[in-house]
Amino acid sequence: MEIKDLKSNDEIAWCPGCGNFGILNALKRAIVKLNRAPKDILLVSGIGQAAKLPHYTRCNCFNGLHGRALPVAAAAKIANHHLTVIVTTGDGDCYGEGGNHFIHNIRRNIDITVIVHDNQIYGLTKGQASPTTDPGYITKFQPSGVVLEPFHALEMAIVLGAGFVARGYSANTEHLSWLITEGIQHRGFSLIDVLQPCVSFNKKNTHEWYGKRVYKVNDDGSYHPEDKAVAFQKASEWGDRIPIGIIYKTDKKSYEENIGLSNHLPLVDESIENTDISGILKDFI
Amino acid sequence: MIQYEKNHKGCDMIHELTIKITGEAGQGIQTIGSALCKIFKDAGYYLFANQDYMSRIRGGNNIFQLRIADKPVYVPRKFSDIIIALDRFSVECHKDTVSPDGVILLDKKRFKIAEEHSRFVHIPMFDMARETGGDEQFVNSLACGILTGMIGIEDHFVVKVVKDTFSQKTDDILQRNLKVAKAGYDFSKNHLPQNRFSIQSGNFTESLLMNGNEAIALGAIAAGCKFYSAYPMTPSTSIMNVMAHYAKDFHIVVEQAEDEIAAINMIIGASFAGVRSMTGTSGGGFALMAEGLSLAGMTETPIVVVDAQRPAPATGFPTRTEQGDLEFLLHAGHGEFARAVFSPGTIEEAFFGTIRAFDLAEKYQIPVLIMTDQHLADSYMNIDMFDLERIKIQRHIISKEDSGLVKDYKRYQFTESGISPRAIPSWINGVIYADSDEHTEEGHITESATLRNLMMEKRFYKKMEGLSKETEKLRVYDVQGADCVLIGFGSTYGVLKEVSECFHQKKIGHIHIPQVWPFPLAEITALLNDAKKIIVVENNAGAQLARLLRRETGIKADKSLLKYDGRPFDLDYLLEQVEKD
Repeated sequence: MEIKDLKSNDEIAWCPGCGNFGILNALKRAIVKLNRAPKDILLVSGIGQAAKLPHYTRCNCFNGLHGRALPVAAAAKIANHHLTVIVTTGDGDCYGEGGNHFIHNIRRNIDITVIVHDNQIYGLTKGQASPTTDPGYITKFQPSGVVLEPFHALEMAIVLGAGFVARGYSANTEHLSWLITEGIQHRGFSLIDVLQPCVSFNKKNTHEWYGKRVYKVNDDGSYHPEDKAVAFQKASEWGDRIPIGIIYKTDKKSYEENIGLSNHLPLVDESIENTDISGILKDFI
Repeated sequence: MIQYEKNHKGCDMIHELTIKITGEAGQGIQTIGSALCKIFKDAGYYLFANQDYMSRIRGGNNIFQLRIADKPVYVPRKFSDIIIALDRFSVECHKDTVSPDGVILLDKKRFKIAEEHSRFVHIPMFDMARETGGDEQFVNSLACGILTGMIGIEDHFVVKVVKDTFSQKTDDILQRNLKVAKAGYDFSKNHLPQNRFSIQSGNFTESLLMNGNEAIALGAIAAGCKFYSAYPMTPSTSIMNVMAHYAKDFHIVVEQAEDEIAAINMIIGASFAGVRSMTGTSGGGFALMAEGLSLAGMTETPIVVVDAQRPAPATGFPTRTEQGDLEFLLHAGHGEFARAVFSPGTIEEAFFGTIRAFDLAEKYQIPVLIMTDQHLADSYMNIDMFDLERIKIQRHIISKEDSGLVKDYKRYQFTESGISPRAIPSWINGVIYADSDEHTEEGHITESATLRNLMMEKRFYKKMEGLSKETEKLRVYDVQGADCVLIGFGSTYGVLKEVSECFHQKKIGHIHIPQVWPFPLAEITALLNDAKKIIVVENNAGAQLARLLRRETGIKADKSLLKYDGRPFDLDYLLEQVEKD
């Protein structure tokens, strides 16, 4: 399989120079590297610029409601655990509208990979603050600047027990592609928060701004992403230096393993035509 | 004067009895009620049992009411023939609901009641339980023994059910319960008038005992539901419990969702991936699902959603009944799309209707709603064995074998029926695009006005046209030449049937609508063409069914009989109301 096999006929509707292009390329590269057949991959999204991504690949796509990609993805995985299920979502979609599903699907630890296009702004609705907008940033809707504490997704994911917590940068496609490959291969919930400059509405967190700050945490041989306390500290780092890479990683049983699905034929492959309930009717006699 | 059979003193044989067990939450009212249901069922009586409980775990006043008869019964009566009160408050609450020939059994000493009342029968229940069983907690089994003794049930039925009920406990507990139940039974035989409450059995022994929620869960299992996701909400929760109980046997995944929004989106995800999926909730939870319902309509993903209604607005009466969500269910979800709404009136309709709901959902790739209420959800009846031969499960998808042949698949391909062939992800060699945005046949986002029109016609007009040709048949009784026709949907079926059958001088017919959407327009119009008088009976304040009837057929009901106090219609109440007319 090659990158071109993953090209869709759909016309791309993102702004020229958008960070989303880097994420799309990184995802395609990861799929090629893992050599997974497009028919066995399901991309699920909600609403927002990130949510359009599945249309721009040649994989199965369910583009649902704002904030609701995670429950759709989780249950699709339950129905057919042979599918590789990937969510492409944004900071508003996943951390705002869908915050409750973010919390509880980490707890569920379903084997899905969640790629959050985190541009720290609302793009599709034209520039309001998102849950991750830096405090003080002025928008039309927040003329005195954002006063809310940002949503600390990586720290939160670590605290909730996510087994794979990573941050990528859309301009560093190769590194991001590696993170996505690792995330897909991890058994259980994988979070990849991707710094993604919005060229139209975020005038602060630009390519230049991120470029000066990001560094690859896994290049440092002394960094152990298995150490939860150290990982939490690393996840909190935000300022002159911003770490990218696998921040936290631990092995734990996935939901499918916990409920015994993994050893079964996928639910979708079970025949239902001859379901016989006569045995259990005896309980009502 | 109507002639319906009452329990007149002096009758040679009475035909039915109403028994009420009442006490505070935590006294095991439900345990004793369930045990009595099994005893009466085994002894061949027809029974109807409902509970009236408060939204609390301890205290308050709870009721378990049983109506037993020699013919099928569907609804509660206004007055009880035997009331067993397990606390003082229960006596105050219910002493005026005893029938003219009835009795209230109570422990005067224990409840410190000095007052005398012609209906009171004093039994030192708590002392007896302690003396024979060693603990007052056995008062339940004592009550069970007293009641069955009074009615003249053979004692082996009691022994069997007490044994079944306590089979999981230690042998000591079982033996003590048996001993106490026997003491109660003997007390009746020795101290209470015999034959006063003896009633003839209906010899109905080959039966199933279940409630509406259990029937829905069993229907879902029989229909091949593989995924059930819900957030607990009274009175829908026991559907989830039953599904979970049998999940392992049938390889079903039952997942408790973080909220109702997740629940409906999860069943959409599972269904998109190819398995039959369902959720259940009550009005408040259903309100949260409205957006997801619209998503199922737009993406053409089959789902089944149960709304076990309770009185609203907002939290309302959490443990009580109402039919106030009718218009809500017909219109829930933004935008216009095809749907079907079932409104089962009996346990059998709940079971077979659920199977039908799955079939229609998959055939038309739409959301199908099943509207019940607390009255149907929680009430127990014994019913004929289900005829499982009637169940034929047919998938409406491209089979795995045929999937290999599929080329250039378009999820939303235009067809005559509006139904596009549905492929399952990973079964076909190509890929599938589904979208909540307006989309092309392939499933990609579009802004085209032409495509919009075609897609609306496909999703809405064409599917509704097909659906309306296969709605459930109305259940009709004595409508031809009737002086008055009663119309209802959902759980009022039983009360309409019993009321109609009570009248002999006047002819009262009734129509029950087991599927309210698509509205059975032609069928109902034909039936009502020469109706002398139409009364619509509903458990709501807005006369929603009467309005729907008028909107769809132009037929204006002469009268609406409405009840919105959170309680179901009882037979006597509706009789009185209909009699007035």
